Amino acid sequence: MSRIFLVLIFLILYAPIFFLVFYSFNSGGTMYGFKGFTLDWYKELFQDSRLLIIVLNTLVIALLSSLFATIIGIFGALGIHSMKKRQTKNTLLSLNNVLIVSPDVIIGASFLILFTMAGVKLGMFSVLLSHIAFSIPIVVLMVLPKLSEMSPTLIDAARDLGASRWNVLTKVVLPYITPGIFAGFFMALTYSLDDFAVTFFVTGNGFTTLSVEIYSLARRGISLNVNALSTLLFLFTLVLVVVYYFISQRNKPNGWGVKK
Amino acid sequence: MNNKITRNLYLLPYAIWIVLFVIAPLLLVLYYSFFDIEGHFSLVNYKNFFTPVYLKMTFSSFWYAFLITLISFIISYPTAYLLTKTKHKQLWLLLIIVPSWINLLLKAYAFLGIFGTKGIANSFLEAIGVGSKQILFTDFSFIFVSVYIFIPFMILPIFNSLNEMNPILLDAANDLGASKWTTFRRVIFPLTIDGVKSGCQVVFIPALSLFMLTRLIAGNRVITLGTAIEQHFLVTRDWGMGSTIAVFLIIIMFLIMSVTGNRKRGV
Repeated sequence: MSRIFLVLIFLILYAPIFFLVFYSFNSGGTMYGFKGFTLDWYKELFQDSRLLIIVLNTLVIALLSSLFATIIGIFGALGIHSMKKRQTKNTLLSLNNVLIVSPDVIIGASFLILFTMAGVKLGMFSVLLSHIAFSIPIVVLMVLPKLSEMSPTLIDAARDLGASRWNVLTKVVLPYITPGIFAGFFMALTYSLDDFAVTFFVTGNGFTTLSVEIYSLARRGISLNVNALSTLLFLFTLVLVVVYYFISQRNKPNGWGVKK
Repeated sequence: MNNKITRNLYLLPYAIWIVLFVIAPLLLVLYYSFFDIEGHFSLVNYKNFFTPVYLKMTFSSFWYAFLITLISFIISYPTAYLLTKTKHKQLWLLLIIVPSWINLLLKAYAFLGIFGTKGIANSFLEAIGVGSKQILFTDFSFIFVSVYIFIPFMILPIFNSLNEMNPILLDAANDLGASKWTTFRRVIFPLTIDGVKSGCQVVFIPALSLFMLTRLIAGNRVITLGTAIEQHFLVTRDWGMGSTIAVFLIIIMFLIMSVTGNRKRGV
Protein backbone atom coordinates (compact mmCIF):
# COMPACT_ATOMS: atom_id res chain seq x y z
CA MET A 1 0.00 0.00 0.00
CA SER A 2 2.70 2.46 1.02
CA ARG A 3 4.78 1.34 -1.97
CA ILE A 4 1.93 2.21 -4.31
CA PHE A 5 1.64 5.67 -2.76
CA LEU A 6 5.36 6.38 -3.25
CA VAL A 7 5.33 5.06 -6.80
CA LEU A 8 2.34 7.27 -7.54
CA ILE A 9 4.13 10.35 -6.21
CA PHE A 10 7.19 9.57 -8.33
CA LEU A 11 4.98 9.03 -11.36
CA ILE A 12 3.25 12.37 -10.89
CA LEU A 13 6.53 14.20 -10.31
CA TYR A 14 8.15 12.83 -13.44
CA ALA A 15 5.13 12.56 -15.73
CA PRO A 16 5.20 16.15 -17.07
CA ILE A 17 8.92 15.92 -17.76
CA PHE A 18 8.68 12.66 -19.67
CA PHE A 19 5.60 13.99 -21.39
CA LEU A 20 7.69 16.87 -22.76
CA VAL A 21 10.52 14.58 -23.76
CA PHE A 22 8.16 12.12 -25.47
CA TYR A 23 6.43 14.73 -27.62
CA SER A 24 9.70 16.34 -28.62
CA PHE A 25 9.95 13.39 -31.04
CA ASN A 26 6.44 13.82 -32.43
CA SER A 27 6.29 14.57 -36.12
CA GLY A 28 2.70 15.73 -35.63
CA GLY A 29 3.62 19.12 -34.24
CA THR A 30 1.28 19.11 -31.24
CA MET A 31 1.36 17.67 -27.72
CA TYR A 32 -1.42 15.18 -28.47
CA GLY A 33 -1.71 12.32 -30.91
CA PHE A 34 1.74 10.94 -31.53
CA LYS A 35 2.10 10.72 -35.35
CA GLY A 36 5.61 9.38 -35.77
CA PHE A 37 9.18 9.66 -34.67
CA THR A 38 11.22 12.61 -35.89
CA LEU A 39 14.28 14.61 -34.91
CA ASP A 40 13.11 17.65 -36.87
CA TRP A 41 12.47 19.73 -33.76
CA TYR A 42 16.03 19.23 -32.62
CA LYS A 43 17.30 20.18 -36.06
CA GLU A 44 15.17 23.29 -36.00
CA LEU A 45 16.42 24.08 -32.53
CA PHE A 46 20.04 23.94 -33.58
CA GLN A 47 19.37 26.10 -36.60
CA ASP A 48 17.65 28.76 -34.52
CA SER A 49 20.59 31.09 -33.98
CA ARG A 50 18.53 33.52 -31.92
CA LEU A 51 17.72 30.78 -29.41
CA LEU A 52 21.32 29.58 -29.35
CA ILE A 53 22.45 33.11 -28.50
CA ILE A 54 19.91 33.18 -25.67
CA VAL A 55 21.26 29.86 -24.35
CA LEU A 56 24.76 31.29 -24.51
CA ASN A 57 23.65 34.48 -22.71
CA THR A 58 22.05 32.40 -19.98
CA LEU A 59 25.21 30.36 -19.48
CA VAL A 60 27.48 33.41 -19.49
CA ILE A 61 25.29 35.20 -16.94
CA ALA A 62 25.15 32.08 -14.76
CA LEU A 63 28.90 31.49 -14.79
CA LEU A 64 29.92 35.12 -14.33
CA SER A 65 27.36 35.86 -11.63
CA SER A 66 28.23 32.72 -9.64
CA LEU A 67 31.93 33.53 -9.91
CA PHE A 68 31.50 37.08 -8.56
CA ALA A 69 28.95 35.98 -5.99
CA THR A 70 31.31 33.27 -4.76
CA ILE A 71 34.19 35.70 -4.32
CA ILE A 72 32.12 38.32 -2.50
CA GLY A 73 30.29 35.60 -0.56
CA ILE A 74 33.54 34.08 0.73
CA PHE A 75 34.63 37.46 2.02
CA GLY A 76 31.23 38.00 3.55
CA ALA A 77 31.35 34.64 5.30
CA LEU A 78 34.89 35.33 6.56
CA GLY A 79 33.74 38.72 7.82
CA ILE A 80 30.65 37.38 9.56
CA HIS A 81 32.68 34.53 11.03
CA SER A 82 35.28 36.89 12.49
CA MET A 83 32.61 39.01 14.22
CA LYS A 84 33.06 38.76 17.97
CA LYS A 85 29.82 40.34 19.11
CA ARG A 86 26.86 38.00 18.91
CA GLN A 87 24.43 40.74 18.12
CA THR A 88 26.40 42.13 15.17
CA LYS A 89 26.72 38.63 13.83
CA ASN A 90 23.00 37.99 14.07
CA THR A 91 22.13 41.32 12.46
CA LEU A 92 24.47 40.59 9.56
CA LEU A 93 23.01 37.11 9.20
CA SER A 94 19.44 38.37 9.08
CA LEU A 95 20.38 40.98 6.49
CA ASN A 96 22.10 38.21 4.57
CA ASN A 97 18.90 36.15 4.56
CA VAL A 98 16.54 38.91 3.42
CA LEU A 99 17.02 38.14 -0.28
CA ILE A 100 16.63 34.42 0.31
CA VAL A 101 13.25 34.66 1.99
CA SER A 102 11.89 37.51 -0.12
CA PRO A 103 9.53 36.50 -2.91
CA ASP A 104 11.12 36.85 -6.35
CA VAL A 105 8.54 39.42 -7.39
CA ILE A 106 9.65 41.78 -4.64
CA ILE A 107 13.33 41.31 -5.43
CA GLY A 108 12.61 41.96 -9.10
CA ALA A 109 10.45 45.01 -8.51
CA SER A 110 12.79 46.59 -5.99
CA PHE A 111 15.84 46.01 -8.20
CA LEU A 112 13.94 47.56 -11.08
CA ILE A 113 13.42 50.70 -8.98
CA LEU A 114 17.06 50.62 -7.88
CA PHE A 115 18.46 50.36 -11.40
CA THR A 116 16.14 53.02 -12.73
CA MET A 117 17.05 55.41 -9.91
CA ALA A 118 20.77 54.71 -10.33
CA GLY A 119 20.53 55.20 -14.08
CA VAL A 120 21.68 51.66 -14.93
CA LYS A 121 20.47 50.73 -18.39
CA LEU A 122 18.29 47.62 -18.34
CA GLY A 123 19.92 44.77 -20.19
CA MET A 124 22.73 42.31 -19.73
CA PHE A 125 24.48 44.38 -17.09
CA SER A 126 21.43 44.85 -14.88
CA VAL A 127 20.60 41.13 -15.17
CA LEU A 128 24.19 40.22 -14.24
CA LEU A 129 24.16 42.56 -11.25
CA SER A 130 20.87 41.16 -9.97
CA HIS A 131 22.03 37.58 -10.34
CA ILE A 132 25.21 38.37 -8.41
CA ALA A 133 23.11 40.11 -5.78
CA PHE A 134 20.69 37.24 -5.14
CA SER A 135 23.43 34.60 -5.27
CA ILE A 136 25.73 36.13 -2.64
CA PRO A 137 23.66 35.12 0.43
CA ILE A 138 23.50 31.50 -0.79
CA VAL A 139 27.30 31.32 -1.02
CA VAL A 140 27.60 32.82 2.47
CA LEU A 141 25.21 30.21 3.85
CA MET A 142 27.12 27.38 2.23
CA VAL A 143 30.55 28.62 3.39
CA LEU A 144 29.69 29.63 6.98
CA PRO A 145 29.13 26.10 8.37
CA LYS A 146 32.53 25.04 7.03
CA LEU A 147 34.16 28.02 8.75
CA SER A 148 32.56 27.28 12.09
CA GLU A 149 33.54 23.64 11.73
CA MET A 150 37.18 24.67 11.43
CA SER A 151 39.10 24.52 14.68
CA PRO A 152 40.61 27.90 15.67
CA THR A 153 43.74 26.10 16.90
CA LEU A 154 44.50 25.36 13.25
CA ILE A 155 44.97 29.07 12.59
CA ASP A 156 46.92 29.57 15.84
CA ALA A 157 49.27 26.75 14.84
CA ALA A 158 49.84 28.25 11.40
CA ARG A 159 50.59 31.64 12.94
CA ASP A 160 52.96 30.12 15.50
CA LEU A 161 54.82 28.53 12.64
CA GLY A 162 55.27 31.99 11.20
CA ALA A 163 52.61 32.13 8.50
CA SER A 164 51.54 35.60 7.46
CA ARG A 165 47.91 36.62 7.47
CA TRP A 166 47.72 36.10 3.72
CA ASN A 167 49.35 32.68 4.03
CA VAL A 168 46.91 31.67 6.72
CA LEU A 169 44.05 32.61 4.43
CA THR A 170 45.31 30.98 1.24
CA LYS A 171 47.12 27.96 2.68
CA VAL A 172 44.93 27.05 5.63
CA VAL A 173 41.48 28.61 5.60
CA LEU A 174 40.57 28.49 1.91
CA PRO A 175 41.61 24.86 1.36
CA TYR A 176 39.65 23.90 4.45
CA ILE A 177 36.43 25.55 3.25
CA THR A 178 36.80 24.53 -0.42
CA PRO A 179 33.90 22.03 -0.37
CA GLY A 180 31.63 24.77 0.97
CA ILE A 181 32.88 27.15 -1.71
CA PHE A 182 32.14 24.62 -4.46
CA ALA A 183 28.71 23.90 -3.08
CA GLY A 184 28.02 27.64 -2.91
CA PHE A 185 29.22 28.23 -6.45
CA PHE A 186 27.12 25.36 -7.67
CA MET A 187 23.98 26.51 -5.92
CA ALA A 188 24.52 30.03 -7.26
CA LEU A 189 24.81 28.53 -10.73
CA THR A 190 21.52 26.68 -10.48
CA TYR A 191 19.76 29.71 -8.98
CA SER A 192 20.94 31.82 -11.86
CA LEU A 193 20.03 29.27 -14.54
CA ASP A 194 16.59 28.84 -13.04
CA ASP A 195 15.69 32.39 -12.29
CA PHE A 196 12.71 33.78 -14.10
CA ALA A 197 10.92 36.39 -12.02
CA VAL A 198 13.86 38.64 -11.13
CA THR A 199 15.27 38.57 -14.65
CA PHE A 200 11.83 39.28 -16.07
CA PHE A 201 11.75 42.57 -14.16
CA VAL A 202 15.26 43.82 -14.77
CA THR A 203 15.82 42.79 -18.38
CA GLY A 204 15.48 45.30 -21.16
CA ASN A 205 14.19 44.80 -24.67
CA GLY A 206 17.38 43.55 -26.25
CA PHE A 207 18.41 40.93 -23.73
CA THR A 208 16.68 37.69 -22.72
CA THR A 209 17.56 34.60 -20.77
CA LEU A 210 16.18 31.15 -21.37
CA SER A 211 13.51 31.28 -18.67
CA VAL A 212 12.13 34.57 -19.94
CA GLU A 213 12.20 33.27 -23.50
CA ILE A 214 10.36 30.08 -22.57
CA TYR A 215 7.75 32.19 -20.79
CA SER A 216 7.07 34.26 -23.87
CA LEU A 217 7.09 31.16 -26.11
CA ALA A 218 4.68 29.38 -23.78
CA ARG A 219 2.34 32.37 -23.76
CA ARG A 220 2.15 32.13 -27.53
CA GLY A 221 1.14 28.48 -27.32
CA ILE A 222 2.67 25.09 -27.88
CA SER A 223 5.67 24.67 -30.14
CA LEU A 224 7.62 21.44 -30.10
CA ASN A 225 10.92 23.32 -30.30
CA VAL A 226 10.35 24.05 -26.64
CA ASN A 227 9.94 20.32 -26.02
CA ALA A 228 13.23 19.58 -27.73
CA LEU A 229 14.84 22.36 -25.74
CA SER A 230 13.46 21.00 -22.48
CA THR A 231 14.72 17.51 -23.27
CA LEU A 232 18.22 18.89 -23.66
CA LEU A 233 17.83 20.97 -20.50
CA PHE A 234 16.61 17.94 -18.60
CA LEU A 235 19.72 16.00 -19.62
CA PHE A 236 21.86 18.97 -18.69
CA THR A 237 20.17 19.19 -15.28
CA LEU A 238 20.81 15.50 -14.69
CA VAL A 239 24.50 16.04 -15.39
CA LEU A 240 24.54 18.97 -12.94
CA VAL A 241 22.77 16.87 -10.30
CA VAL A 242 25.32 14.09 -10.66
CA VAL A 243 28.18 16.60 -10.37
CA TYR A 244 26.57 18.17 -7.32
CA TYR A 245 25.98 14.74 -5.83
CA PHE A 246 29.68 13.97 -5.99
CA ILE A 247 30.64 17.35 -4.56
CA SER A 248 28.23 16.93 -1.69
CA GLN A 249 29.32 13.36 -1.05
CA ARG A 250 32.77 14.78 -0.35
CA ASN A 251 31.25 17.66 1.53
CA LYS A 252 28.52 15.90 3.54
CA PRO A 253 26.27 18.92 3.96
CA ASN A 254 23.32 19.08 6.29
CA GLY A 255 20.61 18.36 3.78
CA TRP A 256 20.03 18.68 0.10
CA GLY A 257 19.99 22.03 -1.54
CA VAL A 258 16.72 23.20 -2.94
CA LYS A 259 15.82 26.47 -4.47
CA LYS A 260 13.07 28.57 -3.00
CA MET B 1 44.54 46.86 15.13
CA ASN B 2 45.90 44.96 12.15
CA ASN B 3 43.24 42.36 12.72
CA LYS B 4 40.52 44.98 12.49
CA ILE B 5 41.80 46.33 9.19
CA THR B 6 41.87 42.92 7.51
CA ARG B 7 38.46 42.19 8.85
CA ASN B 8 37.09 45.38 7.42
CA LEU B 9 38.73 44.64 4.09
CA TYR B 10 37.01 41.28 4.00
CA LEU B 11 33.76 42.94 4.71
CA LEU B 12 33.97 45.87 2.30
CA PRO B 13 32.54 44.29 -0.90
CA TYR B 14 30.05 42.39 1.19
CA ALA B 15 29.00 45.51 3.09
CA ILE B 16 28.53 47.39 -0.17
CA TRP B 17 26.32 44.55 -1.35
CA ILE B 18 24.20 44.68 1.81
CA VAL B 19 23.70 48.44 1.55
CA LEU B 20 23.02 48.52 -2.19
CA PHE B 21 21.05 45.33 -2.74
CA VAL B 22 19.41 44.56 0.59
CA ILE B 23 18.73 47.80 2.44
CA ALA B 24 18.39 50.25 -0.46
CA PRO B 25 15.80 48.17 -2.43
CA LEU B 26 13.59 47.78 0.64
CA LEU B 27 13.76 51.50 1.41
CA LEU B 28 13.10 52.37 -2.23
CA VAL B 29 9.98 50.20 -2.27
CA LEU B 30 8.76 51.95 0.87
CA TYR B 31 9.62 55.37 -0.61
CA TYR B 32 7.83 54.68 -3.90
CA SER B 33 4.71 53.48 -2.12
CA PHE B 34 4.06 57.11 -1.16
CA PHE B 35 3.81 58.36 -4.74
CA ASP B 36 0.71 58.28 -6.89
CA ILE B 37 0.79 57.47 -10.59
CA GLU B 38 1.53 61.10 -11.53
CA GLY B 39 4.52 61.17 -9.22
CA HIS B 40 3.00 63.33 -6.48
CA PHE B 41 3.61 62.50 -2.86
CA SER B 42 0.40 61.11 -1.39
CA LEU B 43 -1.14 58.38 0.69
CA VAL B 44 -3.65 57.52 -2.01
CA ASN B 45 -2.09 54.09 -2.63
CA TYR B 46 -2.59 53.08 0.97
CA LYS B 47 -6.14 54.38 0.82
CA ASN B 48 -6.69 52.36 -2.35
CA PHE B 49 -5.27 49.25 -0.80
CA PHE B 50 -8.03 49.29 1.79
CA THR B 51 -10.79 49.41 -0.82
CA PRO B 52 -12.81 46.23 -1.45
CA VAL B 53 -11.01 45.55 -4.76
CA TYR B 54 -7.60 45.12 -3.19
CA LEU B 55 -8.81 43.61 0.05
CA LYS B 56 -10.69 40.99 -1.91
CA MET B 57 -7.60 40.30 -3.98
CA THR B 58 -5.45 39.98 -0.86
CA PHE B 59 -8.00 37.65 0.67
CA SER B 60 -8.23 35.42 -2.40
CA SER B 61 -4.44 35.40 -2.71
CA PHE B 62 -4.27 34.18 0.88
CA TRP B 63 -6.96 31.61 0.28
CA TYR B 64 -5.14 30.11 -2.71
CA ALA B 65 -1.80 30.13 -0.90
CA PHE B 66 -3.47 28.44 2.07
CA LEU B 67 -5.04 25.75 -0.11
CA ILE B 68 -1.78 25.15 -1.95
CA THR B 69 0.15 24.86 1.32
CA LEU B 70 -2.46 22.58 2.90
CA ILE B 71 -2.66 20.19 -0.06
CA SER B 72 1.13 20.13 -0.41
CA PHE B 73 1.39 19.26 3.28
CA ILE B 74 -1.21 16.48 3.06
CA ILE B 75 0.69 14.90 0.19
CA SER B 76 4.21 15.59 1.45
CA TYR B 77 4.04 14.35 5.03
CA PRO B 78 3.23 10.72 4.22
CA THR B 79 5.64 10.82 1.29
CA ALA B 80 8.47 12.05 3.50
CA TYR B 81 7.54 9.49 6.14
CA LEU B 82 7.54 6.61 3.67
CA LEU B 83 10.80 7.84 2.19
CA THR B 84 12.55 7.56 5.55
CA LYS B 85 11.40 3.92 5.68
CA THR B 86 13.00 2.96 2.36
CA LYS B 87 16.41 1.48 1.82
CA HIS B 88 18.78 3.96 0.10
CA LYS B 89 16.61 6.79 1.36
CA GLN B 90 19.10 9.50 0.37
CA LEU B 91 18.95 8.30 -3.22
CA TRP B 92 15.14 8.31 -3.26
CA LEU B 93 15.13 11.77 -1.74
CA LEU B 94 17.49 12.91 -4.47
CA LEU B 95 15.05 11.54 -7.06
CA ILE B 96 12.25 13.56 -5.44
CA ILE B 97 14.42 16.69 -5.59
CA VAL B 98 15.52 16.32 -9.22
CA PRO B 99 12.23 17.56 -10.75
CA SER B 100 12.49 20.72 -8.66
CA TRP B 101 15.71 21.51 -10.50
CA ILE B 102 13.98 21.47 -13.87
CA ASN B 103 13.14 24.97 -14.99
CA LEU B 104 9.81 26.05 -13.53
CA LEU B 105 8.60 27.49 -16.82
CA LEU B 106 9.16 24.20 -18.61
CA LYS B 107 7.07 22.33 -16.07
CA ALA B 108 4.30 24.89 -16.44
CA TYR B 109 4.58 24.56 -20.20
CA ALA B 110 4.22 20.78 -19.94
CA PHE B 111 0.89 21.25 -18.21
CA LEU B 112 -0.34 23.35 -21.12
CA GLY B 113 -0.10 20.16 -23.16
CA ILE B 114 -1.43 17.84 -20.47
CA PHE B 115 -4.44 19.94 -19.47
CA GLY B 116 -5.18 21.30 -22.95
CA THR B 117 -8.54 20.76 -24.64
CA LYS B 118 -7.26 17.75 -26.55
CA GLY B 119 -4.60 16.92 -23.96
CA ILE B 120 -3.92 13.65 -22.25
CA ALA B 121 -6.01 14.52 -19.17
CA ASN B 122 -9.08 15.07 -21.30
CA SER B 123 -8.47 11.88 -23.29
CA PHE B 124 -8.40 10.07 -19.98
CA LEU B 125 -11.63 11.73 -18.83
CA GLU B 126 -13.29 10.72 -22.07
CA ALA B 127 -12.01 7.17 -21.81
CA ILE B 128 -13.56 6.73 -18.35
CA GLY B 129 -16.78 8.23 -19.59
CA VAL B 130 -16.73 11.60 -17.81
CA GLY B 131 -16.26 13.44 -21.07
CA SER B 132 -14.07 16.30 -22.12
CA LYS B 133 -13.84 19.23 -19.72
CA GLN B 134 -12.23 22.65 -19.66
CA ILE B 135 -9.28 22.01 -17.34
CA LEU B 136 -6.76 24.63 -18.34
CA PHE B 137 -7.44 28.17 -17.10
CA THR B 138 -9.43 27.04 -14.08
CA ASP B 139 -8.80 27.24 -10.34
CA PHE B 140 -8.25 23.50 -10.36
CA SER B 141 -5.38 23.62 -12.85
CA PHE B 142 -3.78 26.53 -11.01
CA ILE B 143 -3.85 24.74 -7.66
CA PHE B 144 -2.79 21.43 -9.18
CA VAL B 145 0.24 22.86 -10.95
CA SER B 146 1.24 24.96 -7.94
CA VAL B 147 1.05 21.96 -5.63
CA TYR B 148 3.01 19.94 -8.19
CA ILE B 149 5.75 22.56 -8.18
CA PHE B 150 5.91 23.00 -4.39
CA ILE B 151 5.77 19.37 -3.24
CA PRO B 152 9.56 18.78 -3.29
CA PHE B 153 10.16 21.90 -1.20
CA MET B 154 7.68 20.68 1.39
CA ILE B 155 9.02 17.10 1.42
CA LEU B 156 12.63 18.09 1.98
CA PRO B 157 12.41 19.82 5.40
CA ILE B 158 9.87 17.26 6.67
CA PHE B 159 12.12 14.43 5.53
CA ASN B 160 15.08 16.03 7.30
CA SER B 161 13.25 16.40 10.60
CA LEU B 162 11.86 12.86 10.41
CA ASN B 163 15.31 11.61 9.62
CA GLU B 164 16.86 13.38 12.61
CA MET B 165 14.36 11.83 14.98
CA ASN B 166 15.76 9.26 17.36
CA PRO B 167 14.13 5.86 16.60
CA ILE B 168 14.54 4.82 20.25
CA LEU B 169 11.69 7.21 21.10
CA LEU B 170 9.35 5.15 18.93
CA ASP B 171 10.41 1.95 20.64
CA ALA B 172 9.86 3.64 23.99
CA ALA B 173 6.37 4.76 22.98
CA ASN B 174 5.64 1.25 21.78
CA ASP B 175 6.91 -0.30 25.02
CA LEU B 176 4.73 2.06 27.01
CA GLY B 177 1.74 0.72 25.13
CA ALA B 178 1.00 3.58 22.77
CA SER B 179 -0.96 2.71 19.67
CA LYS B 180 0.43 3.66 16.27
CA TRP B 181 -1.89 6.64 16.03
CA THR B 182 -1.02 7.84 19.55
CA THR B 183 2.68 7.48 18.80
CA PHE B 184 2.24 9.58 15.71
CA ARG B 185 0.10 12.23 17.41
CA ARG B 186 2.08 12.47 20.66
CA VAL B 187 5.64 11.66 19.59
CA ILE B 188 6.38 11.81 15.86
CA PHE B 189 4.38 14.86 14.86
CA PRO B 190 5.48 17.14 17.74
CA LEU B 191 9.10 16.21 17.08
CA THR B 192 8.84 17.06 13.39
CA ILE B 193 6.81 20.25 13.79
CA ASP B 194 9.87 22.38 12.94
CA GLY B 195 10.22 20.65 9.60
CA VAL B 196 6.53 21.15 8.92
CA LYS B 197 6.82 24.83 9.81
CA SER B 198 9.74 25.48 7.51
CA GLY B 199 7.99 23.47 4.81
CA CYS B 200 4.91 25.67 5.11
CA GLN B 201 7.13 28.74 5.08
CA VAL B 202 8.87 27.81 1.84
CA VAL B 203 5.54 27.07 0.19
CA PHE B 204 3.21 29.75 1.53
CA ILE B 205 5.32 32.84 0.82
CA PRO B 206 6.16 31.96 -2.80
CA ALA B 207 2.54 30.85 -3.33
CA LEU B 208 1.42 34.39 -2.49
CA SER B 209 3.65 35.80 -5.14
CA LEU B 210 3.52 33.41 -8.09
CA PHE B 211 2.72 35.35 -11.20
CA MET B 212 3.83 33.30 -14.17
CA LEU B 213 1.53 30.43 -13.24
CA THR B 214 -1.48 32.71 -12.91
CA ARG B 215 -0.78 33.93 -16.43
CA LEU B 216 0.07 30.60 -18.08
CA ILE B 217 -2.10 28.10 -16.24
CA ALA B 218 -4.88 30.11 -14.64
CA GLY B 219 -5.37 32.33 -17.69
CA ASN B 220 -5.48 35.49 -15.55
CA ARG B 221 -8.52 34.20 -13.68
CA VAL B 222 -6.58 34.03 -10.44
CA ILE B 223 -4.87 37.21 -9.26
CA THR B 224 -2.33 36.82 -6.49
CA LEU B 225 -0.45 39.63 -4.78
CA GLY B 226 2.52 38.74 -6.99
CA THR B 227 0.46 39.05 -10.16
CA ALA B 228 -0.80 42.44 -8.99
CA ILE B 229 2.74 43.68 -8.32
CA GLU B 230 3.93 42.49 -11.72
CA GLN B 231 0.90 44.09 -13.38
CA HIS B 232 1.50 47.44 -11.71
CA PHE B 233 5.21 47.50 -12.39
CA LEU B 234 5.40 46.19 -15.93
CA VAL B 235 1.99 46.74 -17.49
CA THR B 236 0.25 49.79 -16.03
CA ARG B 237 3.54 51.35 -14.84
CA ASP B 238 1.93 52.46 -11.60
CA TRP B 239 5.03 51.82 -9.50
CA GLY B 240 3.52 53.53 -6.48
CA MET B 241 0.60 51.13 -6.17
CA GLY B 242 2.87 48.19 -7.00
CA SER B 243 5.23 49.25 -4.22
CA THR B 244 2.36 49.60 -1.78
CA ILE B 245 1.27 46.02 -2.45
CA ALA B 246 4.92 44.98 -2.13
CA VAL B 247 5.11 46.72 1.27
CA PHE B 248 2.13 44.71 2.47
CA LEU B 249 3.60 41.51 1.06
CA ILE B 250 6.85 42.20 2.94
CA ILE B 251 4.94 42.84 6.17
CA ILE B 252 2.98 39.60 5.67
CA MET B 253 6.24 37.79 4.99
CA PHE B 254 7.76 38.98 8.28
CA LEU B 255 4.59 38.02 10.14
CA ILE B 256 4.67 34.51 8.69
CA MET B 257 8.36 34.19 9.49
CA SER B 258 7.77 35.13 13.10
CA VAL B 259 4.80 32.77 13.41
CA THR B 260 6.56 29.80 11.86
CA GLY B 261 9.79 30.41 13.72
CA ASN B 262 12.72 32.18 12.19
CA ARG B 263 14.53 29.17 10.89
CA LYS B 264 14.60 28.98 7.16
CA ARG B 265 16.58 25.94 6.18
CA GLY B 266 15.30 25.63 2.64
CA VAL B 267 18.63 26.52 1.08
